[in-house]
Amino acid sequence: MTVSAGESLTVDASQLLEWYEQMAVIRQTEKAVYDLFMSGLVKGTTHLAAGHEAVAVGTSAALREGDYVFATYRGHHHAIARGATPAECLAELMSKATGLCKAKGGSMHLTKADRGMLGSYAIVGSHLPIAAGAAWSAKLRGTDQVAVAFFGDGATNIGAFHEALNLAAVWKLPVLFVCENNLYMEYTPISAVTSVANPAADRAVAYGLPAEIIDGNDVIKVHDTARVAVDRARAGDGPTVIEALTYRHYGHSRADPAKYRPADEVERWMQRDPLLVARERLTSLGVDAADIDALDAKVADMIKAAVQEAKDAPYPDPATALTDVWADGGARWRS
Amino acid sequence: MAELITYREAVSEGIAREMRRDPRVVCLGEDIGAAEGVFKTTAGLFAEFGPQRIWDTPISEQAIVGAALGAAMTGIRPVAEIMFSDFIACCYDYLANEIPKMRYMTGGQVTVPLVIRTANGGGLGFGAQHSQAVENWVFTVPGLKIAAPSTPADVVGMMASAIRSDDPVVFFEHKGLLASKGEPAPPEHVVPLGEASIVRRGDDVTVVALASTVPTALSAAELLAGEDISVEVIDLRCLVPLDAQTVLSSVARTSHLLLVEENPYQGGWGATVASIVADEGFTSLDAPVRRVAAECVPLPFADALEDEVIPTVDKVVDAVRRLSAF
Repeated sequence: MTVSAGESLTVDASQLLEWYEQMAVIRQTEKAVYDLFMSGLVKGTTHLAAGHEAVAVGTSAALREGDYVFATYRGHHHAIARGATPAECLAELMSKATGLCKAKGGSMHLTKADRGMLGSYAIVGSHLPIAAGAAWSAKLRGTDQVAVAFFGDGATNIGAFHEALNLAAVWKLPVLFVCENNLYMEYTPISAVTSVANPAADRAVAYGLPAEIIDGNDVIKVHDTARVAVDRARAGDGPTVIEALTYRHYGHSRADPAKYRPADEVERWMQRDPLLVARERLTSLGVDAADIDALDAKVADMIKAAVQEAKDAPYPDPATALTDVWADGGARWRS
Repeated sequence: MAELITYREAVSEGIAREMRRDPRVVCLGEDIGAAEGVFKTTAGLFAEFGPQRIWDTPISEQAIVGAALGAAMTGIRPVAEIMFSDFIACCYDYLANEIPKMRYMTGGQVTVPLVIRTANGGGLGFGAQHSQAVENWVFTVPGLKIAAPSTPADVVGMMASAIRSDDPVVFFEHKGLLASKGEPAPPEHVVPLGEASIVRRGDDVTVVALASTVPTALSAAELLAGEDISVEVIDLRCLVPLDAQTVLSSVARTSHLLLVEENPYQGGWGATVASIVADEGFTSLDAPVRRVAAECVPLPFADALEDEVIPTVDKVVDAVRRLSAF
C-alpha cells in the first residue's frame, strides 16, 4: 500500500502513520503550552509552531542521526522532531531543573545537542551562518553530515541570511536553508515589507542556489523535497533553499489573537491543517479513521503525563545561575 | 641571544605552532590566504597549510564569526580573523548574543572552542573607523575571554592558550605594536590566560597597562626613574580572566594606582579595575585611583590630533607625578 511521491520516493501507510503521530505530539504539546501559558505556569513568552508540524517532521525524516538542525525561537517542533521529549521541553518552559537546558534557555532556546539539535535562536537570522559553519565543519572533518537551518519568512530581510547563503554557495556547503513561510513576519504581512513575491526562493537565485517552493503542510511533499536536497548536500553538490508555505494556528507569540489576519485566510489555511492533510492521505491509503483517533488519544494521554511530569519537577537550585558560563562549569571571570 | 622577531611575525608563528600540533585548528577571514592578511599577520600559513585549513572569506563579518561558531560547536577549533576590530560592530550580534551565551543558555550542552583575532587600536593614522581600541566593547559581555598581548613572546604564548581553550577567546592584536620587536618565544611556549605580568618592579606607584599602553607605561617609568619616582608596571595581558590579585598585591605595596587604557574613559576597562581596587584594596590606597584613557571622542586622523586623544608617555608621566605628589 504505497503512494508515489516523486520519481523514486514512496511512502507507505505505516511510515505516514509514524509521521502523523510525531505531528500530533507536536500539536498537542503546543496546545498544552498555550494552556500552561494562559494559566501562568509558563512565563515569559512562547512562539507556538502549531500549523508548522509538517515542515519539522518531514524534513527531520529525511535526516540521519548525526545531522545538525538549527531552529528559531519558534522551535518547539524542531526540538521534538529531533528527539526531545515533550516532558523535557515542557519542563524547560515551566522553569524546571529537568528542562532541556536546565531552565536557562526557555521557550526560545530549546536545544538537544546530543541529538544534533544545536539550538533555537532568538536573534532573527543569526543561526543561518552558524548552520553554514556546522556544514563547513562536516566538510572539514570529511563526514557526510548535513546541517539544516529552519527560519521564518521574516529572516529573509536580515543581513545574516544573505551572508550565509553567499558563503554556503561559494564554499558549496552541505546545508539546507528551509524557510517556514507563514506569510507574516510577525504581525505584518511579509509581502508588505519584501521586494519579491517569494522571500526565500527568489533570493536564492541571486546566490546561484537551487530553490523549491512547496506546500509546507504536506508532510510527504516536505520529506521528499528535503530528501532530494539532503542527497545533493551529501553528494557534495552544495546547499538548497526550500521555501515551505505554511501557517500559524496561533498568533505570533504569547496570547496574540492574530486579529490582523483576515478570517477567510485563516479559514482557508485551517482546512489545509497539516494533520488533516495527513489524515486524509492515511484514509485514502486505507487506514481506518478509528485507528487514527486511537492514535490521537494515545498522544493525548502521553502529553497529559508529560505535563504532569513537568509540573511535578523541581525548580532549579538558584546557585546554578552561576554555572555553565565556562568550560570548567563555572562563571568566574577573575583569575 | 636569539634574533629578535616582530609582533607581526609572532602572530603567524603562534597560529602555525597550534596548527602543526592540532589538525582541528582551521583559520578563516578576509584576505588571510594567498594575500597573507592585510597586516601580513598570516604570512606563510597558506603556503604551509593550504586552502583546506586557511580559508579566504567574502567581506561578511557575520558569516565569518557565525560560521566559526557553528564549526566550533561541531568539532573544529576555528581561528577567525576580523580584519580591523572596528568591524566587530558588523558582527556584534555574534559577540554579544550568540558566542558567549551558547554554553550557558543550553545548560552546558555546547562547547565553543573559538578564537576571534582582530587588529585593534590606533597609532597608525587610519582615522575614526579603523583605529579604535574596542576591547571595552567585548569586556561588557560576560562569557568571552579577552587576550591583548604586548610582546611577541606573549603573542605566541597567549595564542597557544587561546586556541587550546575550550572557551571563546577574543584575541586583540595591537596595530601599533605590529612592527615592534622582542625576544622570540621558546619552543612549546604557553602563557596561561588570566596571568598578569609585572614588567617593571617599583615601589611608589603601580601603573596597570594593556597591549599598546605597556610600552607607553614603560617609557614613562624610565623617565620618572630620573625623578626618583619608582614605578611598577603591570601588563594585564588579559581582561578576562582578569588578574585583579596581581594589581591588588602591587597596590598593597605602592598605595598608588594609575590605569592606562587606550579605550575611551567612558566605559573603559580601567573603570572595572578601579572599582575592584576601591572595593577590595581601599585601605591600601594613599591617593585616588587615576585613569589615563582615551578622550571620549571619535579617533581623529592627524597624528597631532590622535596623540591628543590616546594615552601618551607625557600624559602618563604627568599623571604619575601628580599621583605621587598627592
